[in-house]
Amino acid sequence: MVTKLEKVDVVVVGTGWAGGVIAAELSKAGYKVVALERGKNQTRDDYIGVKDELRYTNRYEMMQNLSSETITSRNNLDEVALPVRTRKEMMAGNDLGGGSVHWAGASYRWTPYDYEIRSKTIERYGEAKIPEGMTIQDWGITYDEMEKYYDRWEKTAGISGEPDPLGPNRSSDYPNPPMKESPPIKLFKEATKKLGYHPYQVAAGNLSQSYTNPDGEAMNACMYCSYCTQYGCDFGAKSDPLVTVLPTAMKTGNFEARVGANVRRVLYENGKATGVLYVNTLTGEEYEQPADVVVLAAFTFTNNRLLLLSGIGEPYDPKTRKGVIGRNYNGQFNITFLGARGFFNEKKFNYYAGAGALGGVIGDFAADNFDHTNVDFINGGGIEMRQYGSGAIATNKVPSGTPGWGAEFKKNSIHYTNRSLVVWYTSANMSWWHNYLSLDPTYKDDNGDPLLRATLKYTDQDRNIAKFGIGKCREIMEAMGADIVDEDEVPEEFDHIYDGGHYAGGVIMGADPKTSAVNNYLQMWDAENIFVVGASAFPQFAGHHPTETVGALAYRAAEGIEKYLKNGGLLVTRKEVGSHV
Amino acid sequence: MADNPNDLTEYKGMSRRTFMKNTGLVAGGVVGGGLLGGLLTNQMQQKPEVQSTTESGQIQDARVFFSRGQDFAILSAATERIFPKDDIGPGAIELGIPYFIDKQLSTEWGINAKEYMKGPFAVYTTNTGNHNVTKNQDKQGPNAETQVPAPTPRYQSKMTRSEIFVTGLREMDNVAQQEFGESFVKLTGEQQDDVLRMFEEGKVELKGIGSKNFFNLLLQTTIEGAYADPVYGGNKNMMGWKMKEYPGPRASYMAQIEVDEFVKLEPQSLRNYQGH
Ligand SMILES: Cc1cc2nc3c(=O)[nH]c(=O)nc-3n(C[C@H](O)[C@H](O)[C@H](O)COP(=O)(O)OP(=O)(O)OC[C@H]3O[C@@H](n4cnc5c(N)ncnc54)[C@H](O)[C@@H]3O)c2cc1C
Ligand code: SF4
Repeated sequence: MVTKLEKVDVVVVGTGWAGGVIAAELSKAGYKVVALERGKNQTRDDYIGVKDELRYTNRYEMMQNLSSETITSRNNLDEVALPVRTRKEMMAGNDLGGGSVHWAGASYRWTPYDYEIRSKTIERYGEAKIPEGMTIQDWGITYDEMEKYYDRWEKTAGISGEPDPLGPNRSSDYPNPPMKESPPIKLFKEATKKLGYHPYQVAAGNLSQSYTNPDGEAMNACMYCSYCTQYGCDFGAKSDPLVTVLPTAMKTGNFEARVGANVRRVLYENGKATGVLYVNTLTGEEYEQPADVVVLAAFTFTNNRLLLLSGIGEPYDPKTRKGVIGRNYNGQFNITFLGARGFFNEKKFNYYAGAGALGGVIGDFAADNFDHTNVDFINGGGIEMRQYGSGAIATNKVPSGTPGWGAEFKKNSIHYTNRSLVVWYTSANMSWWHNYLSLDPTYKDDNGDPLLRATLKYTDQDRNIAKFGIGKCREIMEAMGADIVDEDEVPEEFDHIYDGGHYAGGVIMGADPKTSAVNNYLQMWDAENIFVVGASAFPQFAGHHPTETVGALAYRAAEGIEKYLKNGGLLVTRKEVGSHV
Repeated sequence: MADNPNDLTEYKGMSRRTFMKNTGLVAGGVVGGGLLGGLLTNQMQQKPEVQSTTESGQIQDARVFFSRGQDFAILSAATERIFPKDDIGPGAIELGIPYFIDKQLSTEWGINAKEYMKGPFAVYTTNTGNHNVTKNQDKQGPNAETQVPAPTPRYQSKMTRSEIFVTGLREMDNVAQQEFGESFVKLTGEQQDDVLRMFEEGKVELKGIGSKNFFNLLLQTTIEGAYADPVYGGNKNMMGWKMKEYPGPRASYMAQIEVDEFVKLEPQSLRNYQGH
């Protein structure tokens, strides 16, 4: 028996940055909003006194409970996909606030090149630069149009930063000054400057000072406590939905967050959604929540899965290269964040101290900031030196050649605990016809619904960009004066480990309904009252962290939903751009 | 199968030659239940050499997962080889690592309570169940800083971690018998290393999980036991942290973050931190 609930204006699935921004904006505008969250309630009180590396970093306390549901993964179309079974291999958000609570806070705007990658690549290098089978495309919106949403999100989140000297235009400064410059970051900046590059401080969701955002939410200054990434902040100093957008929505009186509500289907009739079907995870009871607008903001995996399970939009078929749902699956996998590790014999750093997004970065090898004529890949990535604050279990870095255990390992791992630094390349990931999301034919969740299946394999583009980045990181690490420099290896193939939460695509935005699922308001071409918000909209991945772009897109979508609630209809006219599959 | 913790015939994996060498049986002799029983009894009587003691010599801890003392004795000997006592400081046994692992195996992690454990399971007979043995994933990534290999990349076993441990430790003893004609705990340190290396290199057949995965799990938990907060039973008296000059959970490192010289702080654990 399904209990039918009272209709609301907007139902939002997921309560991370994507769902939180939508909830805040629409409830402020006077609409009745209900957000459904599969996990439990959580507040800042849950983190006080629990700085515990084993529990959070090694046992993944805040990640999705996979016992009822996960995804399956394979490299090739003709392989049998196997489930991603452990939380080490699948770090997805789960409770109120989602992955947006245990994120690190590194905040980047994506560049004008990223938004018009196909046109701009062809313009500068000719069509032949894009290999056959690479399905990158323009977003159907430009950076200049996105700028005001970026600005909006940065102010809501209270981002602490300084502008990228090579970055795109900004209408205003970051709302807070950059975080403190620790000695390793100083070293990185001096070395990169000497090499002729343009270092700056990573913009951070960890607040450099106390701050009240435009919605009136107060946040505290970061304590550099280092229990940050994969943790919730007990000081209310890391910007997340629990200290910003969710309380803002709550204050309006128009908003309800319902936890323990696992959404199974979008209910759909005659080209429109009528609401969603969900299960109470504690009692097993089923509910129908009717709404005028359905917003999917449940991260890339669930956004894709719910559309496929509900039969909304045409599923992508790699054999014919037609269809849109699941197309252009992309993200940052184990071939990203590769670089060089440096070991210093004479220097010891206070490396136990740090914060999620504390770091230095250069954009000299990001996007199209450098000439690609003579390199065998397109796009690029940031080069970062981060100081997360290393836990005792995590820091066992040893120079290559050291055995992995035993007396010598013990000696070296202890010796180098405070004497090693890492520089890495956060390379971009391009989309290909053979990387996509679909439903798994074999494995099911607790409700008997098929799991989502990811198919992803690497190409020369991925390996070449990684190799290039590792070389640059080595050069920087040597300039930093490390006595031993070890390079990461480039993996041959994707290893099915989904950590870091940078997974995207499948419900991508664009101008042409033949090659995109949502328009530039994140409204579905095939269902005008469904908005699909989050990294699922990225047609390909830029060479920087995703969340600021997720936040900016959420503001764009909120504007669209409001327009739709007032006027109805498709907000953007369909356009044939010519297919390039 | 010898690698099944539920199986009674422990010594099936042992070669006839070693079996006879150990039991002193002559060829053609009868292997009766009594003899086998005697062998098992001997093992039970073998006093585990591991005890967790305080400075005053009092035993402080007790097993809550391992029922069989012999399994725990093998575990203790193995972890001490992985993280040995030396002139820098204590090794696995003194740090309480075997007890740490014992406790972890009875948690939700030990029984894979929050992980997808539905079938069908792809069974890899020989080694790892890992598609990509060429790459150590743990060397990079914002969330993968641990520089020891992942426990079981591409976990595809029906077995829980606690089952893997019992199976793996018993197989280590079998291999010790086969290779050196002695129980693992009686081998010299070098011989124990040889056995461990056979597991590390995936040379031992360990059905359902792969010896390499078992080894990596053992290695990872040993490192965790050395450096996790002492509330979990390892890192006794914060001795692991002291070796690393790691300060433990603190409200703030504001005063250290910009300082050029290394600042050594007396470590504090959750016991201090939550109690303040
Ligand atoms: C350890 C870690 C560190 C990171 N650090 C950074 C960083 O420094 N910089 C950066 O840019 N990005 C970072 N990320 C990525 C960042 O977390 C994500 O980009 C961001 O949280 C995405 O926001 P979202 O709102 O789309 O999804 P989420 O915040 O994950 O929210 C989705 C919500 O939907 C819920 N949900 C899913 N399915 C259902 C369902 N069927 N029914 C009901 N609810 C459902 C989930 O439980 C979750 O709460 C990091 C990720 C991780 C894991
Ligand atoms: S490092 Fe700063 S932002 Fe991160 S948890 Fe600690 S106080 Fe909060």
